[in-house]
Parts: sequence; structure tokens; C-alpha cells
Amino acid sequence: MINLEQLKKDIVESQVWKSIFRHGYEDTPRNRVLMVTGNVWMHLHPAKVRKHAVRMRFTWCMGGLTFLMFLLTVVTGIYLMFYYRPVPQYAYADMKYLEFDMPFGMLMRNMHRWAAHAMVIFVWLHMFRVFLTGSYKPPREFNWIVGVLLLVLTLLLSFTGYLLPWDQLAIWAVTVGSNMARATPLLGHEGPFAEFVGANPIYDARAFLFGGGDIGPHTLLRFYILHCIFIPLVASLLMAVHFWRIRRDGFSGPPL
Amino acid sequence: MAEAEERSRTIVVDDKIHTWPHLVRGEFLVTIFVMVAMTLWSLLVDAPLEEPANPARTPNPSKAPWYFLGLQEMLVYFDPWYAGVVLPTFIIIGLMVIPFIDINAKGNGYYTFKERKWEIMTFYIGFHILWVVTIIIGTFFRGPGWNLFWPWQRWDPHKVVALTNVDLPYLVGLRDYWAQAGFGLFLVLFYYVFSTWLFYKWVVWIKGKEFMIRWGAVRFAITSFLFITMIGLPVKMFLRLVFNIKYIMVTPWLNI
Repeated sequence: MINLEQLKKDIVESQVWKSIFRHGYEDTPRNRVLMVTGNVWMHLHPAKVRKHAVRMRFTWCMGGLTFLMFLLTVVTGIYLMFYYRPVPQYAYADMKYLEFDMPFGMLMRNMHRWAAHAMVIFVWLHMFRVFLTGSYKPPREFNWIVGVLLLVLTLLLSFTGYLLPWDQLAIWAVTVGSNMARATPLLGHEGPFAEFVGANPIYDARAFLFGGGDIGPHTLLRFYILHCIFIPLVASLLMAVHFWRIRRDGFSGPPL
Repeated sequence: MAEAEERSRTIVVDDKIHTWPHLVRGEFLVTIFVMVAMTLWSLLVDAPLEEPANPARTPNPSKAPWYFLGLQEMLVYFDPWYAGVVLPTFIIIGLMVIPFIDINAKGNGYYTFKERKWEIMTFYIGFHILWVVTIIIGTFFRGPGWNLFWPWQRWDPHKVVALTNVDLPYLVGLRDYWAQAGFGLFLVLFYYVFSTWLFYKWVVWIKGKEFMIRWGAVRFAITSFLFITMIGLPVKMFLRLVFNIKYIMVTPWLNI
């Protein structure tokens, strides 16, 4: 007969186990602090937070949920990347393939899209909440700026992803959204004073965005790389700054 | 008595609780709840996929992604260089400067309307009224030809809309090209100068002379410029909807 208690003790007290898990769930003040400081994910938080700032009524959970939506789009997005080719001949067919042939393909695509929409809404509500509690006031001014940049990146992430299904909705929404770029003063060929700079349809702000005068294969590849690599990378860096600053400035509530 | 008061104050300041379990528990529960909601949403509603991209067939209406429809809606009232490039830039800059132009030390880290009602009302005008309402109009009330339709109305692509818009300098009787341009330029400059004066009087009236000195010329200039520019949108909307005015200023290079 195996002695389960002894077996558990042997495992938990082995060198291997202890090298991974430094402490158990023992409910002591010391351990509660260790739970946060001894864990790379948990230590996004300070060990202690203000009581009133923990309430959902105060934070609305919107910052955290924006981050959760980001993680959700990363996970589902990686799944989609396995089956999607950013080439016009294949892109639309791959969407159909995802929908009808891939296990959970449609679910992953739905979740990716709805999480992206939710992320936009959550990040706006987060900004609204931070404004209402005056949480951009000293010493948190710079973190508000980082937050505005993250808000813009969220919109750009969503916008670049919009093109990838390569259907009518995608190219025309992106056409309309990007037409603004050709009206950029000085830099867009239809913008004011463009003639002084020499901007033309294939050499202006929109052409730089598209990789050519019109939406085409080059645009699809460009948006794909922006969507899957460049913007997530920049956003992650800014998120690191954002979260670190929140923690440094004493999380929610009046400054320390 | 004094000692008891002292103690109660220190208790209020030191109201911190352990992140583990108090905050982590809440985050965990909210995460589960939102993940369940996202899964249900993704199971029940499929992401849209239209027919394959066809650059030769423009859908009517072509709408940008919903979060940019506020900008697209602004195109009704302003030219693309302004509605699509300059104004969004001002929105981003305007958001970023908020912590530096708002010198009200109150309301830092807690909810209050009374202590900062003008700041909050300005945010309401910008975010709730202008940004969100234009998105709602663009999403639900715009049909073919970007004409206004009620959500329950059939989208008639042949809806006849009289083109009665007229430039303001023309409306007041100016027929000479340069006289029109000069008059328009004068009006725009007058709008800014007069509004700045009005804004100055208003701030002094509400917050007092002492506040204006503390605020300083730079903060005042940035705030009044951004505020007047923001109010320019509803002003132009009013002029368009009530008086059918297309442009206020017409020049060979740009129109406002």
C-alpha cells in the first residue's frame, strides 16, 4: 500500500519541486507577500494595494480587461497564423478553409475579431475611467501619454487586421480609412501644398502605407507584418512601460 | 481626543490590503466571467466574411471600420486633409497634453464631479458628444451616398438629395475670387481671436484671475486653441445643417 501522504511529502520537499515552487499556499501575511513578489506574472502588482482601489466600482476592471483582450487576440491570432497566407491568391481561400475545414477555425476567428472589437471599447472606457478619477495627475502624467499611444496602437492593430480577410468588407473599409492619408498636408498627393513637395499618387503618404498606389499584394503583406509583428511588438514594449509605471506610482488611488 | 483623531487619520491613509488574495481573486473571477462571455459571443455570432475582394466593384456605402466612422462622418463637414489628418492629430495631441494643462490638484485618485466639473464636462463634450455620437451616426444613420437614413428605412441608392450647399463668402454676396478668399480667411481668424478672448473671459469669470495667473500663458494658449478647434466641429455642423454652408474659407490651396 502506497503511503500517499509520504509520497506527497517526498515530492513537495524534493529538490526539483522546491527549485520551481518556492512556497505553498499557506495563508500567512509573509506568504501573501511572497505570492506576489516571488512570481514573475503576479509581480505586475505591488504586494499591497489600497482597499478602495480594489473595488470594481473604482477601476471598472477596464485596464486589465484590455490587456486580457490583447492576450486573447495574441493566442487566437497565433492559431490563425498557422493557416493563413498573406497572399491575395490564398488569403480569401484560407478564410473559407478556416471556416469549413479547420477544427475550431471559425471559433478562433470569431474570438479574434470580437476580442479586437472588445479591446477597442475597453480601452476607451479605461481612458474614460482614468480621466474621471483624475489618475493622470502628478506623478502619473507620463503614463497617461503612454496610455494614449497604446490607445492609438490598439486602433491601428484593429485597422491593419481589418484588411487580412481580403474580402469586399476588408479592402473597401481599408480603402476608405486610408484615403485620409492621401489628403495629408504636404505629404499626400491630394492634400494642401502637395505640389510644393512633389507628392504624387505613387509617391506619397498613402503609397508609403500601401507599398504602392493602390491596395494590392504589397499592401496585404505590409498590413500583415504590421498587424502580426511590428505593432504588437511596439505595443508590448509600451505595455511594459505602462504597467511598470502603474506599479511604481502606487497602483490605483491617490499617489503615495 | 486628539490622539483618537490622529489614529483614525493614519488608519485612513494606511488602508492597504494584500494583493494576494484580495485583488487577484477579483481579477480571476472577472477573467473567467469575460472569457465565458467571449466564448459564448464567438459561438453564437460569426465574424463577417463577404465575397472576395474586388477592386473594380465599390460597395455603396463604403464604410471604414466602426471606430473610425466618427472621422468619416466628419468628412461631411470638412475636407479630408482636415477631418482625416489634422483633426485626428489634434485629438491625439489634445489627449496627451491633458495632464499638463489641467493644474487642478483636486480629484487625484478618486471620483468627484463637484471639484472638477469644467474639466469633466470638456471631456464629455469631446468624448461622449462628439466622438461617440459621430460614430453612432456614421454606423447606424448613413446609407448609400453617405445620405442620412433612419435605421428602419430601406437604403435607397437613388435617394434624391438637393445639392444646395453654398460657400459662406458667396452667400453674403461676394463674387470676386480674392475677395471671397480674404473674407473667408478673415472669418476663420476672427473665429479664433474672438473665441480666445471669450475663452479668457470665461475662465477668469469661472475660476478667477488668480487661477489664470497660476495657469500661465502657455497653458492657456494650448488649451484655448485646442478647445476652440474642437468646438469648431459643432459650429461647422450647425452652419452646414441649418444654413447649408459648404465652406467658410475658400482658397486655391485649401478650404475650411
